[in-house]
Amino acid sequence: MMASQSKATKNAIDDYLAPATLSDALGALEDGEATILAGGTDLMVQTQSGRVGYKQRLVNIRRIDELRGISEHGGRICIGALVTITELLNNTLVAEKVPVLAAMADKFASNQIRNVATVGGNICNASPAGDSIPPFLVLDADVELACLRDGKAATRSVPITEFFTGPGRTVRASNELVTGISFAVPQAGFIARFIKSGPRPALEISAVSMALGGVVENDVFRSVSLSFGSVAPTAMRARKAETFLTGKKLDDETIRAAVETALEEVSPIDDVRASIWYRRHLVGVYLRRLVADVVQG
Amino acid sequence: MSCKVEIKFTLNGRPEKAIVPVDLNLLAMLRDMFDLKGAKYACGEGECGACTVIVDKLSVNSCLTFAVDCDGREVRTVEGLRATDKLHPMQRAFVDHGAIQCGFCMPGMIMQATHLSDTSPGLTRDGLKRGLEGNVCRCTGYTKVLDAVSDAMNTEGVDQ
Repeated sequence: MMASQSKATKNAIDDYLAPATLSDALGALEDGEATILAGGTDLMVQTQSGRVGYKQRLVNIRRIDELRGISEHGGRICIGALVTITELLNNTLVAEKVPVLAAMADKFASNQIRNVATVGGNICNASPAGDSIPPFLVLDADVELACLRDGKAATRSVPITEFFTGPGRTVRASNELVTGISFAVPQAGFIARFIKSGPRPALEISAVSMALGGVVENDVFRSVSLSFGSVAPTAMRARKAETFLTGKKLDDETIRAAVETALEEVSPIDDVRASIWYRRHLVGVYLRRLVADVVQG
Repeated sequence: MSCKVEIKFTLNGRPEKAIVPVDLNLLAMLRDMFDLKGAKYACGEGECGACTVIVDKLSVNSCLTFAVDCDGREVRTVEGLRATDKLHPMQRAFVDHGAIQCGFCMPGMIMQATHLSDTSPGLTRDGLKRGLEGNVCRCTGYTKVLDAVSDAMNTEGVDQ
């Protein structure tokens, strides 16, 4: 069974392209018969194990400069799909305006993987445990996509809350390329924190991850955004817990009730990394820890 | 069988060419086509760092790197570290501190340490620990490894 499955998915690649421009890349993807290579750290493992098969063409997008760089204009920050996790970790704009992304990058895999793994790849891999996703959910980010339509480049933005449809699945069409991710520069006073579980400090695929953002004024929490990884088929926003926390004074009773609300929203599974019981336990532990962190500033 | 592509790259300072299947990983190319056996195949999924090499000045897991993507790039392996008949200072430090038992993980460990030394010379001892998180050793227990790398990088401070 396993052998035949892996035979069925381990296809040979007939064609290889490494376009230098976005328009050439979109042309290479137009028929929807291409596998996209960026950093390759997920793709290599998934294809060698037979979990993912190659399509007939391999399109290496790493030569496309248009997909690089982190910039700010018009009150928004744009992160190119090819920005590596190391670049996120060391970027001064990120450190100043969205330190939660640097904090996430610091917990991401290992130095060797951070050096090549890309933001676009981490999003498109659509793992429920993808480290970058909870912070981007809290930032209300949009995923930027492009494709060729009638010979011309067409683009669309999809809110990251609508991007994932299941484990490893997204709304990206097979002829589309994720070109980057963008979000509004957080308002003054906005504080966000990220936490993930794992007994080993490096290379942990989290049993639970969480990001919390908001503004605390006179001990009252406003503009609350809360997201979880690894407790549902996709990373998710915890809307009920957010609503519950909004406008509240952050005392012990509020936090206890917020944890109860959050636990109604999650649907974790038992797997090799953690049991349902332990994941639910961690949701409570981490939410308390993050609220305390945010209150302290 | 996947299609093959010719790539040109620099390997340990020398220009090289290779014709590689497009799904081949860099580790397999180095070991099987260039007979460079320093980088090791261990976990094959980026968890252990035994295959670490440096591509364009950044350390990478060669088991996760597509060989075809090395076209036009500069690849450095442990075999290319020493420029003369003397060991590279990082290699010398590992020997002097006895930071080697079976030796299997050492080429990866030394390449990662060299990357840290080249890119983050001011690292503290805790910073070194973080930098070496992606390298697993099953026999030394890491203390002597950290001593060796600290010595090579003149790191201040003591273990906590």
